[in-house]
Amino acid sequence: MLTAILAITLLALIFGLLLGYASIKFKVDGDPIADQIDKILPQTQCGQCSFPGCRPYAEAIAAGEVDINRCPPGGEATIQALADLLEVEVKPLDNECGIEKPKTLAVIDEDRCIGCTLCIQACPVDAILGAAKQMHTVISDECTGCELCVAPCPVDCIDMVETEVNPNTWRWPDPARIELQVGENK
Amino acid sequence: MTSKLSSFPGGLKLAGHKKLSTQTAIQKPPLSKKLILPLQQHIGAASSPIVEVGDKVLKGQKIARADGHVSVYLHAPSSGTVSAIDDHAIPHPSGLSALCITIETDGEDRWIERKPIPDFTAVSEHEIRQLIREAGIVGLGGAGFPSYIKLNPGIHHHVETLIINGVECEPYITCDDMLMRERSSEILDGLEIMQYALGVKRCVIAIEDNKPEALSAMELALASRTFKNTSIVVIPTRYPAGSEKQLIQVITGKEVPTKGLAIDLGIICHNVGTTYAIGRTINHGEPLISRIVTVTGKHVNKAGNFETLLGTPMHELLAFCETERKADDPFILGGPMMGYNLSGDHLPVTKTANCILVGVDDAAPATTPMPCIRCGDCATACPAGLLPQQLYWHARAKDLEKTQEYNLFDCIECGCCSYVCPSKIPLVHYFRFAKTETMNQQLETEKSDIARVRHENRLARQEAEKQEKEERQRQRKLALAASKAAKEKKAAAAASSEPESEEQ
Repeated sequence: MLTAILAITLLALIFGLLLGYASIKFKVDGDPIADQIDKILPQTQCGQCSFPGCRPYAEAIAAGEVDINRCPPGGEATIQALADLLEVEVKPLDNECGIEKPKTLAVIDEDRCIGCTLCIQACPVDAILGAAKQMHTVISDECTGCELCVAPCPVDCIDMVETEVNPNTWRWPDPARIELQVGENK
Repeated sequence: MTSKLSSFPGGLKLAGHKKLSTQTAIQKPPLSKKLILPLQQHIGAASSPIVEVGDKVLKGQKIARADGHVSVYLHAPSSGTVSAIDDHAIPHPSGLSALCITIETDGEDRWIERKPIPDFTAVSEHEIRQLIREAGIVGLGGAGFPSYIKLNPGIHHHVETLIINGVECEPYITCDDMLMRERSSEILDGLEIMQYALGVKRCVIAIEDNKPEALSAMELALASRTFKNTSIVVIPTRYPAGSEKQLIQVITGKEVPTKGLAIDLGIICHNVGTTYAIGRTINHGEPLISRIVTVTGKHVNKAGNFETLLGTPMHELLAFCETERKADDPFILGGPMMGYNLSGDHLPVTKTANCILVGVDDAAPATTPMPCIRCGDCATACPAGLLPQQLYWHARAKDLEKTQEYNLFDCIECGCCSYVCPSKIPLVHYFRFAKTETMNQQLETEKSDIARVRHENRLARQEAEKQEKEERQRQRKLALAASKAAKEKKAAAAASSEPESEEQ
């Protein structure tokens, strides 16, 4: 009886030490779930989800504090991907946050720009180039289309322009959708 | 070559319909008043214009230069004046426009000074490749990949075999067939140059057995030369034997690995049209300014092959062939299997335009597809050994990751699966859709990764600035406190010394 108790206690002690050592040795820095969520989010850093950027929203989702349907730029595809990752139900986009729109780019009307630098301060990805009292311009390759620069502009010289499709960026249309249309017409 | 031929899985026996366009010799259509030249007629980066509106250009003059490694030059196909550099509709499945150089021809067709190379062995392989690049030569079989790159195996690869592709397996198309019949000797000229540039040991010219005239013409031409290790191999007619990977499998029995290239097997494949163009460039100093286009179909009265200047509007070519195109006729660029519908006929002939089809009975009908019955015919027909049915389900569900697991990008879009599908499901359309979606998604991921890094850098910078500011404020506070203390000390000292002075 006593041997058994001793043996079990000893085993428990050994495994406890082993687990304790492993948890220190193999400690994962950061939150892997939040990282995975952050990878799915479109990184527009627009704040439409009410969080200051994609990373804070990802952390909030990982903590289970908010729903997965608060990202209008990502739209349906992002919600689907998040639902797959977290194994939860797909929900329609929360209209409070905004609606899914085609991708746009900010364009500064350079004739009207007064060089106030307010948009530069607003841009979350440093995609606007310029200096005080110098004309500003958008680095179109870096612009995420978050619209955060539009509101601060005192002279309303920033327009959000839909990105044009050219033969290189063109995508084959979804045949399933075409099938549906043909079926409806019949 | 006497060794036994191998074969590829699947494939189809299709009615050729080739006789329609092989009854007459290659003709030259009249010079068009306007030539429209898209800056992107090849895979890779679009060329950049080096002429301006109003410039006079001569036939064969460079009008756009290569932009980057995977790019080629573009030339004026005839003499005249550059009348516009703007967006114009181009032949593309999207029906969209792209930047084009328009030349108003003057009718003189005056050549720029041509510099033929009398003895190509006197120049280095590198120079040969540069000349081919500057001549704007791209794969004329349909893909349009810059040929000079495919003549440069690099230091990591060794090319054993050069395959000249004269298979032309797709129905209706006969431009390579007619070229081999009429210009076999000049094809061999080009072949000699390619052998020199690649330094290959063995060369195989592949021709399908439904082209006996082309075969005998090539054999005759080869017999009159002293070519070492070059042979003609007759391939049994089966679609898509002319596809690079399938052709390699037929000739060598080896399969090009997934995500690999023919070069990984020590093989390079070039089309006969490309070979001919290379011969013209080196031996005659002529850049790629024209190509042979098959114009055929039910409603073409004078079907045939036409040596057409690049940029010639299709409607003029069709008029020359006395075509009666009806509005609902299938109007296809390429063959009935792999070609795509054109949005109109005011489009220019480009380097990759091998065939214009007007009205065919066996083109994919625009009927509503029936549900998949899981018969598996598509898997039997697939020449790449894929599972089209599985790919279809995943592409339909937009599960792009799953389509990757089933090797979507090994699909050569030959159209065999769609052809045999009893439910008439446009399978290839699904695969093209899934491919462009996947590529787009990868691009988006790359972009969002960059945005994340930029945002993080910004946050880090703001944090650093904040700390710097706080540090400065702290320093200033300290300095202020120190000076205050010093002042107080001074004042105290003064105060303590004052009574002393008073005392004195």
